[in-house]
Amino acid sequence: MVTTTTGRAWGVAAAVLDPELPVLTIGELGILRDVVEDDRGRVHVQITPTYSGCPAMETIREELVEALTRAGYWHVDVEFVLAPAWTTDWMTAEARTKLSTYGVAPPVPRPRAGEPVLLQISVRCPQCGSLDTQESSRFGSTACKSLWVCRECREPFDHFKSH
Amino acid sequence: MAGLFGYTLALADDALISAQRMSWWISRAPQLEEDVALANIGLDQLGQARLLLAYAGEVEAAGRGEDDLAYLRDEREFRNVCLVEREQTDFGVTMARLLIFSAWQCELYAALSRSADATLAGVAGKAVKEVAYHLDHASRWVVRLGDGTDVSHQRMQAGLDAEWPWAAELFDDAFLDTGLVDSGVAALPSSLRDAVDAGVSAVIDEATLTRPDVATHYSAGRDGRHTEQLGFLLAEMQHLARSHPGATW
Repeated sequence: MVTTTTGRAWGVAAAVLDPELPVLTIGELGILRDVVEDDRGRVHVQITPTYSGCPAMETIREELVEALTRAGYWHVDVEFVLAPAWTTDWMTAEARTKLSTYGVAPPVPRPRAGEPVLLQISVRCPQCGSLDTQESSRFGSTACKSLWVCRECREPFDHFKSH
Repeated sequence: MAGLFGYTLALADDALISAQRMSWWISRAPQLEEDVALANIGLDQLGQARLLLAYAGEVEAAGRGEDDLAYLRDEREFRNVCLVEREQTDFGVTMARLLIFSAWQCELYAALSRSADATLAGVAGKAVKEVAYHLDHASRWVVRLGDGTDVSHQRMQAGLDAEWPWAAELFDDAFLDTGLVDSGVAALPSSLRDAVDAGVSAVIDEATLTRPDVATHYSAGRDGRHTEQLGFLLAEMQHLARSHPGATW
């Protein structure tokens, strides 16, 4: 068995789209943790949830199995791993740009250990780019998002919470 | 005495029953954003419960999975503290309970993220970030209502007075096999008390509320002796799974 982040199976797995944010792949989100394939066409995938209760995990599992089966792997198993805990720091720079273009403000850098959770720098409006924005609800349409409004262009928008 | 199975089950049941009570608020919260907030908090708790129940089933090694443990146990087999199971149809009560419960979960999961048991450490390491957010949400509401109008102050104080006597069970060591603490697997419940107390008291002070001076209720949820309200909760929560055994989506 070979672990690789450049192999064919990794490429197939990493391209699976997140069902909640269909502009991002699970590779870009940092959900895909490990892919091990052997020379007999078997593959073992490890993914980690963003939040403990994330309802998208089952869908992602099914889509991984489908994508890898379509790519010719005859035995695919998907394992959920919890440690180390997922963090938005694992999101790629490309993912942040895509999110912003999609209309979701990407996560800002997380506070360091010991700093209060509340301390965070301004969130940039994905519509007009203004930093004059305000949180309207700490909880949004999915566990990973909060709801914001721009004071400049008056548009409401989702913000992918730093986690 | 609870070993690893019983300990994991107790923590899972706390999260599961709290999640079920939280979901009652969906469509009933004072504003739409709060509906969404309480639903999200319940979802986080449910996620934690599922991971813990699945692990409890694995430890027990009797072929029971997360669904069997959630849906096919009767109330005497549930190990949650009575704090989380009682009806909460008053927003002040809900926020007081969430303040106490999430402050406790924060300390618990922070301690367990260093557990010698890799699975408990993994679940806790994820959950600790989620419950910090719950605590922050509850704290903001308690301060806003406590330091608000005369009516909101009085109702928030009443909520706190109602929940406070049930908090003691969170810190009771009696149910736990202390071998689990000695081996670094479990967190000794009483060791979390000072930190939880300090955190909750700071919020109470900021909210201009008074720390309740009320006697502790006797409760023994950890031993499976519950208030009558758990039965009604389970009847609703388990109805579908029991009426249609083995049904899947």
